[in-house]
Amino acid sequence: MATRILILVGTKKGAFILEGDEGRKKWSLRGPFCEAWPLNHVIADPETNAIFAAGGNEWFGPAVWKSGDLGETWTHSSEGLKYEEGEDPVKTAWSLSPGADCLYAGVEPAGLFRSEDGGETWTHIRGLRDHPSRPQWMAGGGGLNLHCIVRHPTDSNQLWVGMSAVGVFHTADGGKTWAPRNKGTRSDYAPEGQRYPELGQCVHSMALAAGTEERLYQQNHCGMYRTDDGGLNWESIEAGLPSTFGFPAATHPRDPDTLFLVPLNGDVLGRFVPDGKCAVWRTRDGGKTWQDLREGLPQDNAFLGVLRQAMATDNLESAGVYFGTSSGTVYVSADEGETWIEAATNLPTVTSIETLVVE
Amino acid sequence: MTGVAHNSGLDLEAGAGKVVVSLPTGLVRLFPGSPNEVEVEAGTVRDVIDALNEMWPGMRDRLIDSRPAIRKHLNIFVAGEKARLDTPLPSGARVIIMTAMSGG
Repeated sequence: MATRILILVGTKKGAFILEGDEGRKKWSLRGPFCEAWPLNHVIADPETNAIFAAGGNEWFGPAVWKSGDLGETWTHSSEGLKYEEGEDPVKTAWSLSPGADCLYAGVEPAGLFRSEDGGETWTHIRGLRDHPSRPQWMAGGGGLNLHCIVRHPTDSNQLWVGMSAVGVFHTADGGKTWAPRNKGTRSDYAPEGQRYPELGQCVHSMALAAGTEERLYQQNHCGMYRTDDGGLNWESIEAGLPSTFGFPAATHPRDPDTLFLVPLNGDVLGRFVPDGKCAVWRTRDGGKTWQDLREGLPQDNAFLGVLRQAMATDNLESAGVYFGTSSGTVYVSADEGETWIEAATNLPTVTSIETLVVE
Repeated sequence: MTGVAHNSGLDLEAGAGKVVVSLPTGLVRLFPGSPNEVEVEAGTVRDVIDALNEMWPGMRDRLIDSRPAIRKHLNIFVAGEKARLDTPLPSGARVIIMTAMSGG
């Protein structure tokens, strides 16, 4: 059977699926799915090809949608996706991480749930919200949400999560206990002399480097970082980039030294690509040096942004790189970022991009 | 009889019994096979939601949150008045579940 390549697109008004040809040059669009609900993350389990979509509707609350037939039909559930009486209710589901042992969901207000039946029912992982620092947790501009889940590649008890504006937390015991992992990441919004706190940083996204167990990259509200020890120590890799601000971070499927970012023009003046010229920035050496990749991307009056979960790679030879914009365009590079094409335009605001290769 | 019962023409003497429930389109679309209008046995609004959840598993979570309370952007009207979960329902009551003005 021929290989099929799908781009899973989460938007503020439903899920869409783009399917490409063999060369990843021509793309056809299906959707909107999930009743055009606001979605934050659409992702597939590569083992089962099940597609999950996390979101929440102002009327009907949070839900995780599921399709077992590549988007043809969908069901939804939030059974157990709730806090105890008296707590602020779960407003929306933010991020998903499928795996062999379970499916994780991060939600707003920040917390983590797991499902062991493919998203039908959910159990709250209480240890995170029981952390003694919780009274200090503050919402970022997008709310107090858990928007990033990174699994350890070999130890299912280890997990990193990113919460805004709380920072990175790590568990080594399957979620029973957690510890902040923010040393070396900056908070420019604290008084001078207090800009490296234990927590309170605004992590925007994280990605695990291919083939490693403890190298993570992080795009923060205040800088770009790399850790080689699972987040115990973070090192700035922002030198050579046009700003310290951006949202997504996507790693190469095989090369741990390659990372893709989309720096924006800071957090004050619109959060656009700098100078209205769109570029993806790539490092091939773990963040020591950077190249801006622009061929095929708009270089004139492009006042667009890219949200935290809206960039991904695929695992094909000559890795594909994909991102979706706040103005509803999905860009594709089939050559590791060297050249770009538009795969879709005029979609709702893109909140997430993931890929699925179906053999 | 109370003023509400008089105004609505309902029979309070019958106590908990059958009520007619209107469901909003956005909700019906989420549960294939559910109708715009359904008759259930219920003594309170909470009973209505439990009965709906029996017929369409998961519908409870779409209507109420974990406070627990009717979701903030939904309204449930009984005899023309906004109801709460514990609002009693006379037999024959008409329960209207409506989405609030919301969105963008």
